[in-house]
Amino acid sequence: MVKYIGKRIVYMFITLFLIATASFFLMQTLPGSPIASYNKLNDTQKAIVEKKYGIDKPKPVQYAIYMKNLAKGDLGTSFVFKGKSVNDLLATRLKPSLILGAQAMVFGTIVGILLGMLAALKHNTFWDYGSTFFAILGISIPSFVFASLLQYWIASEWHLLPVGLWNDGWKSSVLPSLALAMGPLALSARFIRTEMIEVLNSDYIILAKAKGANGFEIAFKHAFRNALIPLITVLGPLAAGLVTGSLVVEQIFAIPGIGEQFVSSIMTNDHATIMGTTLLFSAFLILVIFIVDILYGVIDPRIRVSGGKG
Amino acid sequence: MKNNKWLLLMALTLVLSMFLAACGGSKDEEKPADGDDKDQATTEEPEEKQHAKDEEGEPDAEQVLYLAESAAIPSVDSSIVEDQVGFNVLNNINEGLYRLNQENIAEPAMAAEEAEVSEDGLTYTFKLRDAMWADETPVTADDFVYAWQRAIDPATGSPYGPFMMSGVVKNATAISEEKMEVSELGVKAVDEKTFEVTLERPVPYFLSLMSFGTFYPLKEEFVASKADAYATNSDSLLSNGPFVLTEWDGTGDSWTYMKNEHYWDAENVKLNEIHVNVVKDSATAVKLYQDGKLDRAGVSGDLAMQYRDDEEAVIQPETSVFYFKFNQERDGKETPLANENIRKAIAKSFEKEDMADVVLANGSLPANFLVPKNFTFDENEKDFRELSGDHLEYNVEEAQEHWKKGLEELGVESLDLEILGGDTELSKKMDEYFKSQLEGNLEGLSISLKEVPFSVRLDLDGNQDYDIQVSGWGPDFQDPISFLDLFVTDGTNNLMSYSNPEYDKLIEDSKGELALKPEERYEAFAKAEKMLLDEDAAIAPIYQRGLIFLHKPYFKGLVDHPFGADYSYKWAYISGK
Repeated sequence: MVKYIGKRIVYMFITLFLIATASFFLMQTLPGSPIASYNKLNDTQKAIVEKKYGIDKPKPVQYAIYMKNLAKGDLGTSFVFKGKSVNDLLATRLKPSLILGAQAMVFGTIVGILLGMLAALKHNTFWDYGSTFFAILGISIPSFVFASLLQYWIASEWHLLPVGLWNDGWKSSVLPSLALAMGPLALSARFIRTEMIEVLNSDYIILAKAKGANGFEIAFKHAFRNALIPLITVLGPLAAGLVTGSLVVEQIFAIPGIGEQFVSSIMTNDHATIMGTTLLFSAFLILVIFIVDILYGVIDPRIRVSGGKG
Repeated sequence: MKNNKWLLLMALTLVLSMFLAACGGSKDEEKPADGDDKDQATTEEPEEKQHAKDEEGEPDAEQVLYLAESAAIPSVDSSIVEDQVGFNVLNNINEGLYRLNQENIAEPAMAAEEAEVSEDGLTYTFKLRDAMWADETPVTADDFVYAWQRAIDPATGSPYGPFMMSGVVKNATAISEEKMEVSELGVKAVDEKTFEVTLERPVPYFLSLMSFGTFYPLKEEFVASKADAYATNSDSLLSNGPFVLTEWDGTGDSWTYMKNEHYWDAENVKLNEIHVNVVKDSATAVKLYQDGKLDRAGVSGDLAMQYRDDEEAVIQPETSVFYFKFNQERDGKETPLANENIRKAIAKSFEKEDMADVVLANGSLPANFLVPKNFTFDENEKDFRELSGDHLEYNVEEAQEHWKKGLEELGVESLDLEILGGDTELSKKMDEYFKSQLEGNLEGLSISLKEVPFSVRLDLDGNQDYDIQVSGWGPDFQDPISFLDLFVTDGTNNLMSYSNPEYDKLIEDSKGELALKPEERYEAFAKAEKMLLDEDAAIAPIYQRGLIFLHKPYFKGLVDHPFGADYSYKWAYISGK
């Protein structure tokens, strides 16, 4: 197990390195330069600014410098937020996105699983149709529609929670989290329902029933665990996406998150910030995939993570 | 089975009702802002609505204001600031020698009295008032010398330093090109309270520049003590203006202005706190406004049309003008737009009234001019627009005549041209309108649209890689030259290979021999504008921008400026909340 984890960690760093390399060179193909907006500078100033940011050097040299700094954990200086390091920028902007993403993930998954289980256990009844209908809504309607609906009814009409902004403590996070939660909720409900129906019809469940196991035992002890595997597979990448911010939901609720920052950094050719956010997202994704792989082994003992040695 | 059908019916009803709720409920708010709030306003009853907010009243005991900005603050270093939000912040936390007053006239601020100007118009002497920085040290002439030298030093990378000072302050151009030492800039601290500036040439609008952020003082000791961290958060800033910036972490989407008790005119500052949040989505801003979380909200996109008749809607006319730039040379070759008749045909072939009233639907005015309305006035306080009149008005017959002539001169029967525009919803809507108008009125013209993000547009503009571009300009100081200087041969914003030596001479004269002859100078400007538009059709004016805001009636005394920063909160207050 330790050897497996060690190997995986090495692979993770290699993957991250490859992503950094690919995105660095891809970014160079973006139209316009990072100082394209510095259109008031004269040539002398431009040369000085380019030197200051190191963009006067040949691309391979810039790449080497970037990777060297990256190894030290330095993501560079933002071209837009003058004088601010990308590390600072990510640190301040990541927190709200993390909170929203984590809440959405936890809430969405738990409610989704419960709905899915209910649907499976009450197969072909009102409960099943109701939860399936809910799941279809969750999948087919984009989060910004939910965001607008929640904002309109719960905040604007009924005044139960803030309309937006990030200055009302946990209350500020409820509606955006709910809007974001609809995705994982629907996905979990759908996966758990399908898997559980299949598992509930398998021989070992029939055997368990014959042996007198009650509904609760069957559902949680036997069926749920087996139904979790495919769910974790899809939820992993979704989690990485959620905690690294959502452009639309952040914009609708005026949340100072990282999602919106990522898009605006691309629009403004803020190379250092583009790289920073890309790497952050990649790191999350790689980490989540790693955790998912470990979880496979925990959930299903038949899956061995290190060639049978465990 | 029967049950299943009922369930299906119920499900369908629920879906339908949710969608209907979504349509009905969020119709007002659905449309996201175009990224640039400033593309919006309304035309109806501008005078009446604009002044509704200025009625007087006794200030309330609680003076706390809640506002929204459309973007985060990239920088508040006065040498580095180049964006509107940054200038807004600077204007409210710092102060220069002059400040725009409630009538938008530059009046002495850090200067104790009007500047003393030498007869040749080249030397300005400013006596400083007894004002303090927020750390209770005095504001001195050295603070101005340091700030100006820092802004012109090419190593600082100040976008506005050389842009504003070159050709204005003595030796600024040479210093910005590293051909002279920074210390040779034409500024001097005669004594602690006397600051002297020597100009390169007489500059009639020089005093209005003194209210511009780049010229604000900086306390060297403080800036040096913060080194690279200077102005990167609210703790590393030093105010000498009406407010102090707090709770700004340098990248975040919220900040607060607190009244600066050490400001020289603190007794006239009524607001104690202003809380600002960045709200990029106009629909969200409107909801926050309606929920009482904002005292003023910009309305843009489709919402503008909907709210323009709201009783709390106010119109803020702007001084930004938008126009077509006609690129006469692309990839080293002349484009069809090098033909004067083709340019005139296009310039006259689209209906500007409809464009402003129906497409923009927000109070922007159709423009038959480059220098905006209500912006500059001659000696007799007559608007420059009255002096110069209209140019390149919509006229299909004339447009078609020019078109026919132009095609003959080029020896072709049809033309394919590209319009380069922005990628916002509003830009796209405008581009579609232009396409249908131009293609409908000019036979044989085929327009393709290229809609790209702003940074890409800057790049294409820089490389002159476009045919027609929808471009705009907002002035940095109060003088027609702020607009007219853009189109001199090889001007930094020209980038379309337009060149007319006679035009260049008029502009040059306005800076030289006419500098101290205001009347003749304005005549030269009027002549230049006519030449640029009527004679050469170098550009084709489209509209002068306006904005629409929802503004709480109890929020009084807000001053909006025609150039530089957008707002002063110095005189604002809450009354009757």
